[in-house]
Amino acid sequence: MSDVAIRPEPAGAGSRIVSAVAGRLVIIVPYVWLLLFFLVPFLIVLKISLSQAAIAMPPYAPAFRLGDGLAGFLDAVGQFSFDNYVWLTGDPLYINAYLSSLMIAAVSTVLTLLVGYPVAYGMARAPATIRPTLLMLVILPFWTSFLIRVYAWIGILKPEGLLNQFLLATGIIDQPLVILNTHTAIFIGIVYSYLPFMVLPLYATLEKMDHSLVEAALDLGCTRIGAFWKVTFPLSLPGVIAGCLLVFIPAVGEFVIPDLLGGSQTLMIGKTLWNEFFSNRDWPVASAVAVILLLVLVVPIMIFQKVQADVQERDR
Amino acid sequence: MNTGWSRFNVASVAVGFAFLYLPIVLLVVYSFNASKLVTVWAGFSTRWYVSLIHNEGILNAAWVTLRVGLLSATVATVLGTLAALALTRYTRFRGRVLFSGMVFAPLVMPDVIIGLSLLLLFVALGFDRGFLTITLAHVTFTMCFVAVVVQSRLLTFDRSLEEAAMDLGATPVRTFFQVTLPVIAPAIVSGWMLAFTLSLDDLVIASFAAGPGATTLPMKIYSQVRLGVTPEINAVCTILIGIVATGVFAAALINRRRELQRQRDEHAAMRADG
Repeated sequence: MSDVAIRPEPAGAGSRIVSAVAGRLVIIVPYVWLLLFFLVPFLIVLKISLSQAAIAMPPYAPAFRLGDGLAGFLDAVGQFSFDNYVWLTGDPLYINAYLSSLMIAAVSTVLTLLVGYPVAYGMARAPATIRPTLLMLVILPFWTSFLIRVYAWIGILKPEGLLNQFLLATGIIDQPLVILNTHTAIFIGIVYSYLPFMVLPLYATLEKMDHSLVEAALDLGCTRIGAFWKVTFPLSLPGVIAGCLLVFIPAVGEFVIPDLLGGSQTLMIGKTLWNEFFSNRDWPVASAVAVILLLVLVVPIMIFQKVQADVQERDR
Repeated sequence: MNTGWSRFNVASVAVGFAFLYLPIVLLVVYSFNASKLVTVWAGFSTRWYVSLIHNEGILNAAWVTLRVGLLSATVATVLGTLAALALTRYTRFRGRVLFSGMVFAPLVMPDVIIGLSLLLLFVALGFDRGFLTITLAHVTFTMCFVAVVVQSRLLTFDRSLEEAAMDLGATPVRTFFQVTLPVIAPAIVSGWMLAFTLSLDDLVIASFAAGPGATTLPMKIYSQVRLGVTPEINAVCTILIGIVATGVFAAALINRRRELQRQRDEHAAMRADG
């Protein structure tokens, strides 16, 4: 992995060696860190998802030990058990949790797009002098704690909360609305928390767009709505895709929002995993839940990486 | 023909920003509420801030969070900058696809998966869970954000500056420290700030990585939120928002000043040429 293609540099032999070593370290140090703390942990999750739960600390029967070598490994492979996966597919609770997570994430992503697009479009059309300020105002909430922003909505949405107080006082409704602990509250929470992730890539593509194309379409007799669908929207598609993935992928595994806003009856897989781990202390099942969640997300994540790589190539 | 900012554009930006900011504003306002009920206004008071000073649980958690944040952000900045350099400067090396995959994946990976997998690693390695494991976990996921921030700066970097330095006899290592580093320094600083705030905010990964020994502020806030909304939590949140907002504004001001200075220098240089 450390086989680096370093360009020949116009320097002496001694410093060339120093540079070659430094060049290799630039790659090796972060590489090894990510291998150890990002890739290896996934393999451990995979391993533990194949082992049996046990009442011990840690609460699983080890599937194999690294010290046992190849023979131990082969022996252990024979003992791998798919019980946890059979258990997951047999219990409708888990399947429903996956389906409902995907559904909630998909609906929230569409809603975020609907809210975020006009905002990003408005920002891109704003006078160039105030655009940096608007951009900073979109980024700023991202810097404040996710937990705090979700928490803020509890006080607004609860039955005696600020939204109901306002609606009752203005006479729009005469019964308090039940929003907290419903899917609506989760949708609001996700749209609110992830809005900057949608607006930023949309703004980046819309700002670069040549507006004279829209004017040309209008001059040629296209309606405003027609011009939007035939010119603006297709040109902003890379931003739409990037924004939707940035919202959808983390939303599927979201824990804080369904836990604080969704109440006890909402089923989302991030919450299920958390409960399996912290409440039931069933580490193997929690690991199996994580493995399947990762399999569900692997396609969107790969598309996201492809989009990222394309952007890099373009900017190069 | 409309070339500027239509009324619809202005309205959608205004509504969008109101949606983004109103909940935070309400949270801050109600932290100064005299009543114990968060949603009933009973006059201005700073009593919740005073009571915070005597809340040892929260103060301890804040201290842990601050130490984890400072340490993990610093390590993550070094590793993230190296990763960014590796990705932009070495377009071909074995395992590059895996490497860039490992840098970008944590940006979208659900927290619960990162948290669970790191916890299982720490257990497998026999680490005592606590301050150290939270810090390691935070370094791992925040270094990827640093890498992305620094990388975007490196992509727009004018490489002819480096080539000039090397033509004049500087070694690549010296070129990096005297030419490259000063130019990408603002991106490294914002990367550090991003890593620090992400560490400060993280609940899920810290909950997995922390043993019974260490509690961070978000974990403390979360356990109290589950018991109900209280003005005291609003006060903690307001202080956190205040710290982050001050930091971000200060950084923006400094950046703007540097930018203006740079423009003035350029103008001066051009005049000197002419």
